[in-house]
Amino acid sequence: MPRKVLVLIAIIFFVTAGMALAQTPKQGGTLVFGRGGDSVGLDPAYETDGNSFMVCDNVFEALVFYKDETTDIEPGLAHSWDISPDGKTYTFHLRKGVKFHDGTPFNADAVVFSIGRMMKERNVKFFGKGWDIPKQERPPEYWVSMEMDDTIGSIEAVDDYTVLFKLKRVEAPFLANMGMDFADIISPTAFVKNPKEFLRNPVGTGPFRFIKWVKDDNITLEKNKDYWNKGKGPYLDKLVFRAIPENSVRFLELKSGGIHICQFPNPADIPMAKKDASLKLVSQPGMNIGYLGFNHTKALWKNLALRKAIAAAINRKAIVDNIYQGMGEVAQNPIPPTMWGFNEDVAGYAYNPEQAKKYLAEAGYPEGKDLPEITLWSMPVPRPYNPEGLKVGVAMIGDLKKVGISSRIVSYDWGTYLKRQRQQPDDMDLFQLGWTGDNGDPDNFLAVLFDGLASESIRTQWHNEEYHKLMQQGRQTIDQGKRAEIYKQAQKVLFDDVGVIPIAHSTVTWPLHKSVMNFKLHPTASIRMLSVWLDR
Amino acid sequence: MFGFIIRRTLAVIPTLLGVTIVVFFMLAITPGDPAELLLGERATQESLDAMREYLGLKKPLYIQYGMFLKRVVQFDLGETIWSRQKVSIEIKERFPATIELALVAMVISSFFGVLFGIISATKQYSWFDYVSMVGSLIGVSMPVFWLGLIFMLLFSLTLGWFPMSGRIGIDTNLQVITNFYIIDAIITRNWPALMDCLRHIALPALALSTIPLAIVSRMTRSSMLEVLRQDYIKTAKAKGLGQMKIIFKHALRNGLIPVITVIGLQFGILLGGAILTETVFAWPGVGKWLYEGVVKRDYMVIQGGTLLVATSFVIVNLLVDILYAVINPRISVK
Repeated sequence: MPRKVLVLIAIIFFVTAGMALAQTPKQGGTLVFGRGGDSVGLDPAYETDGNSFMVCDNVFEALVFYKDETTDIEPGLAHSWDISPDGKTYTFHLRKGVKFHDGTPFNADAVVFSIGRMMKERNVKFFGKGWDIPKQERPPEYWVSMEMDDTIGSIEAVDDYTVLFKLKRVEAPFLANMGMDFADIISPTAFVKNPKEFLRNPVGTGPFRFIKWVKDDNITLEKNKDYWNKGKGPYLDKLVFRAIPENSVRFLELKSGGIHICQFPNPADIPMAKKDASLKLVSQPGMNIGYLGFNHTKALWKNLALRKAIAAAINRKAIVDNIYQGMGEVAQNPIPPTMWGFNEDVAGYAYNPEQAKKYLAEAGYPEGKDLPEITLWSMPVPRPYNPEGLKVGVAMIGDLKKVGISSRIVSYDWGTYLKRQRQQPDDMDLFQLGWTGDNGDPDNFLAVLFDGLASESIRTQWHNEEYHKLMQQGRQTIDQGKRAEIYKQAQKVLFDDVGVIPIAHSTVTWPLHKSVMNFKLHPTASIRMLSVWLDR
Repeated sequence: MFGFIIRRTLAVIPTLLGVTIVVFFMLAITPGDPAELLLGERATQESLDAMREYLGLKKPLYIQYGMFLKRVVQFDLGETIWSRQKVSIEIKERFPATIELALVAMVISSFFGVLFGIISATKQYSWFDYVSMVGSLIGVSMPVFWLGLIFMLLFSLTLGWFPMSGRIGIDTNLQVITNFYIIDAIITRNWPALMDCLRHIALPALALSTIPLAIVSRMTRSSMLEVLRQDYIKTAKAKGLGQMKIIFKHALRNGLIPVITVIGLQFGILLGGAILTETVFAWPGVGKWLYEGVVKRDYMVIQGGTLLVATSFVIVNLLVDILYAVINPRISVK
């Protein structure tokens, strides 16, 4: 008996030891990441597209990081920070001994330079000699759209490792914003040397350093041997981002071993990847929302019962099953369920054609009588939150027809669509649109997308006093627990008044080679290779 | 001859001017603008205004065009909107890849096209004639997109003979000098890199060559058939000349003239970048670059790109005309 126990213990010991051994990251190797397009540029302040940011994610770092797989904040280049009681002064304490890839020491002045260069009025103070900040190349897009000029009053280096941000207003999402790509810290010396070429010769503090860029072909990064957080990586010697525009070719390259990870495969290739013994899949519910909006500026859509009728008439599950091909989930609320502040208690609109007919009668259009033909704007391009807008539109007009609402699809080229949508023209009744989150803050969905009273440029001009007040309150409350309650209430208001019909959150599923270890997708869609290693 | 070349070169200028005017104003009446596409869903009126101001889109159209012309005259194609890079550099980075691919594809299609055409013509209504003519019919109608994928499945994934896509292997070291990788490999005597480049170019070139090959072979066949019926061929036969000599010395010279036009035209088209082939094989050439420029409304890319395509087309045509005179001195160049 004791012998058996001993054997058992020995077996358990060896098995667990073996597992532990298998999980120890191995150094070295080249990882090739296959993606749909090339980067546009590599200066985080000025880029707007995912293909550019994914390279920046590995070359640069920000003061704060998002944790693995969530958008909770953790220390980054700042090891800690204090917030003044009035919520208007943030003091960041910086990590010591960090160096940029060109050898420039990372310090408070580098932070002042990096963030300060995006300010319209450069209200900055260096601790040391500092630099003359060159003129802006063009408006720094994210800085402008996150309204940072209205938020940040001044930036000041107090000593070599302390930076003070003085805000003009209380802005709860500020800290989360400082983890976004645009707020990455760049090497001031590299930038000043040649400001026009920095976007092609990026220098940061990240786990990988930039080596070369063959346009429309590949970008090669190399391990940063002096990376400050050796406990986490980097393990790879080389990291290559290869542009392979055609989805099916990219997947074939993965199968043949030419690349290790295949971004955005065709949904039809996922079952094939599951069958392939040399491949595996990673999945992540995307931090996004595809929605159907109303033209609230038209008298017709002030009719709540009519809005309710539309919401009950549309079979969102069928859309997700057939058009998203399972790579998505029906949206209960306009924010994804993984985000803090998500309100479980909001039921979400149920598909119920009979109920829809009743609402329609209540609205004054029994069986659709006297209701003019409705225009349903459908997106001409695939977006991360909606793979095929036109097909979704066709499904929707079919659903509406069933309850007696006649409608037709309207579409334009993408630029015109975006432009005309903002003008809320009379020939637009319903429109499809969506959003991919920036910083994981509910404000970045609920206020930016739906609080029409805040600004005319909000794309859904839904005007609701109660909602607007909640949004303002949410921004001015620092405590996250309290904010969560505010946003939960807001989702209820939005649901009851049918300000918008959330359709779906898409799920990101990518196939990758079995040898790629520890690769995780992130809700912000950033690609982080710091702790990834190859089991060769 | 020299005067002819000068005159033809000068005649190119109004052609190019016309092309740029048409393209520029067609763009202007096409809706959508780069600012809207750059900023996407998150655009606000303020951010759009700032971006349009910066991009110079607020100026009237004829002024924008005038500015473009002024720059072109100074050999400056300006800076792209999206990638914020000089257009000339963007071209320099991509055009060699396109030329390289087009050249290899044209060599394949000219050689085999002419060869198949001659055999078909001399052995009219033989099985070879039928097979090659049906084959060329299939060749012209085959979508490159589909063909490319089939090549990949067969030659890369199943047989493993050639790499699937790209211009050069990730691990291959090549010192880039001219950006023509094959030439660079030869200059630096880097034989492994040369092999790698040739292996990479094989599939896209083969896929790209199918249509020109089909056209060239059909053209050669019909042109040769016509020539072979001429009296002087009969005379040559009567003289007792061997068939090889008749075909290659007497018939081919005349028979090739229309074929050269076709080859020139096809080459000119390929120089504009084979968008589909470049997309399927992830070949970093000008075709895809220009196409994306159109989609993203990058006016600078579109203007520079069209100018490039038009210029190369016109130059190829000029070369064809000169070649005519060389092959057949009876064709006057006056």
